[in-house]
Amino acid sequence: MSEALLQVEDLKVRFSTEDGIVHAVDGISYSVEIGKTIGIVGESGSGKSVSSLTMLGLTRTQGADIEGRILFEGRDLVALPDSELRKIRGNDIAMIFQDPLSSLHPFYKVGAQLTEAVLTHRNVGKAAARARAVELLELVGIPDPSRRVDQFPHEFSGGMRQRVMIAMALANEPRLLIADEPTTALDVTVQAQILALLNDLQSRLGMAIIIITHDLGVVAEITDEIAVMYAGRIVERAPTDAIFSAPQHPYTWGLLKSIPRLDSPRGEELVPISGRPPSLIKRPSGCHFHPRCPYVRDEHRKIDPKLEPVPGDEGHSVACLLPAELRTRIWRGLEQGETSATLRHLVVEEAQPVRAHATPRVPEDVPE
Amino acid sequence: MSASNDNLVEVKELTKHFPITRGIVFQKQIGAVKAVDGVSFEVKRGETLGIVGETGCGKSTTARLLVRLMDPTSGTILFEGQDIAEAKKGDLKALHREVQMVFQDPYSSLNPRKTVGTIIAEPFAIHGLLKGSGERRKRVQELMDRVGLNPEHYNRYPHEFSGGQRQRIGVARAIALEPKLLVADEPVSALDVSIQAQVLNLLRGLQRELGLTLVFIAHDLSVVRHMCDRVAVMYLGKIVEIADSDVLYSFPRHPYTGALLAAVPVASPTGGRRRQRALLTGDVPSPANPPRACRFHTRCPKAQELCSEEEPLLELKGTRSITACHFPLTESEVRDQLGAGFGGAGANGSRAEVLVDQSSASSSSSSST
Repeated sequence: MSEALLQVEDLKVRFSTEDGIVHAVDGISYSVEIGKTIGIVGESGSGKSVSSLTMLGLTRTQGADIEGRILFEGRDLVALPDSELRKIRGNDIAMIFQDPLSSLHPFYKVGAQLTEAVLTHRNVGKAAARARAVELLELVGIPDPSRRVDQFPHEFSGGMRQRVMIAMALANEPRLLIADEPTTALDVTVQAQILALLNDLQSRLGMAIIIITHDLGVVAEITDEIAVMYAGRIVERAPTDAIFSAPQHPYTWGLLKSIPRLDSPRGEELVPISGRPPSLIKRPSGCHFHPRCPYVRDEHRKIDPKLEPVPGDEGHSVACLLPAELRTRIWRGLEQGETSATLRHLVVEEAQPVRAHATPRVPEDVPE
Repeated sequence: MSASNDNLVEVKELTKHFPITRGIVFQKQIGAVKAVDGVSFEVKRGETLGIVGETGCGKSTTARLLVRLMDPTSGTILFEGQDIAEAKKGDLKALHREVQMVFQDPYSSLNPRKTVGTIIAEPFAIHGLLKGSGERRKRVQELMDRVGLNPEHYNRYPHEFSGGQRQRIGVARAIALEPKLLVADEPVSALDVSIQAQVLNLLRGLQRELGLTLVFIAHDLSVVRHMCDRVAVMYLGKIVEIADSDVLYSFPRHPYTGALLAAVPVASPTGGRRRQRALLTGDVPSPANPPRACRFHTRCPKAQELCSEEEPLLELKGTRSITACHFPLTESEVRDQLGAGFGGAGANGSRAEVLVDQSSASSSSSSST
């Protein structure tokens, strides 16, 4: 077994706002091993970005309440003072942001921005830093780096800017790279280039990567393990293959069945997840997913499920109250093209035999 | 019925050039961004035509020209046989009863100071229809119900709705006048994944019920495949390939289409990771100064000398796809790039079927040109 580089233990992040307390991240735990890639998947507002920003101390603002531990090479990042954390940020842990245009300073030359991290963390001269900047641009595949290093961000295309962002993040050879929606703002052809670049850099530099995205296609391509987040929690965590071949959580099923795929039959109806993501201030009782879950039982509205290993599959855990055997049956049904409406009887029949013949009720499409 | 009657819209040699000027007082044109540069296609009644391409390929400009939110530089747009490319203000008002648009961003395309009821009733107000307020309100509530909004929310403001619901408001407004043609420009790209399917299903349902003709513009190839009967692929202001969805996705002929398809990440570890793919290198060249002859030759893996000398015409290649390429992809190249069974019904036979179809169905395909 390889060693964990990063271990997140029961991390909670709350923000107090005028409207109430936002439970942005609510007790998530995971670990990243050296040289591995983990994907964090979720919709906007699921807490996926906040959890990683917290790692770098970027959520330490007024009104933020952070609990739990983030162990990086044995040190707890949550408890670390700012001055210590600053030595890690941009050095051992680096981050790539979603929008390369707004993450680069428009007034400074790319070279100056690239060398900032090098000059901050290492005792090197300007000439050496510049040489490093050229080297980095070359590493991320920017043609003619010695000329490009003196250009401004607006002289670069979207894909090239994202390469600059990656180069900047790699400046000090981080042990962990956090990529927050690194390809969302890019076209497919450029996205493919960037993903290939990340994959290649990882194998050459041996860093671990956390990739945050809403796109299951992206994580399928490059991750070893996937955590699916919903309403501030991890609802399912498994090796990449298992997420796609034997997903366990109704939300994961929803995500998989609601996106059109190039390798599925064309006429196939999409099965949307009804309703919309919940407010993180007033979260639903019980299982947070219950208002949108087609397989909800009465007790799910009261009991809060815990992330537990799937019986017979150690690496796979899920937070769902449905019995494991039933989940397998439902997923098999969905795979064969059945819909949640026709499968719901499996859930209801067992719980309430009296109402077995009642019409299956699916939650309303339009929520309040 | 004559062939032209099957076509709701016929676009011929449509161009839109945006001038690049220098100077503030004495402005001088020093060039032009050729956003749309000689595009021809037709939209058949009741079909969904998809337009795909990367940022800056001119797909959104094409959409805006179709709805005449912009004046074309040259070319003709025949809508039900009438040229609307030169239409003046009064004619446009009449046109907009027949042609409507759904915009990309549901946050900026709704007036934040108006209630949803007013927004959806706006088309009636503009065209002086349903003058009685009770009548108008009833119709608006019917529309809200139809797109899956709660009619009781008539008096709410856009900020009280989620992104998906706002897009439904945009759709309700667009179908209020029962247009014949609906142009949807990236209608789901601003929405969360779990919400996208709701809006896509809504558009498909409405199309079936109302017999709408849909022009669907998106950069997401999987979404376009799901929605569209035919697909046009644009690159730097030109259409490089146009074909039926099934044909285009299982047997792309233009190297650019092939590269686009190969670049799409597939949400299954077996489908994606293990695929050998040739990545396109570099970026899309500037539309202000596009490469000469074939515009794709600078990035094309199959480019030869001819490609930089002579512009390929959009013409029938094989029997079922219309492609602008001197050296279209062959069957074995497609198989190498995309893998067997890709883009088809999940069965390995899908591409073979298309190919078999190609040899036998040349008569049926000639009507699509």
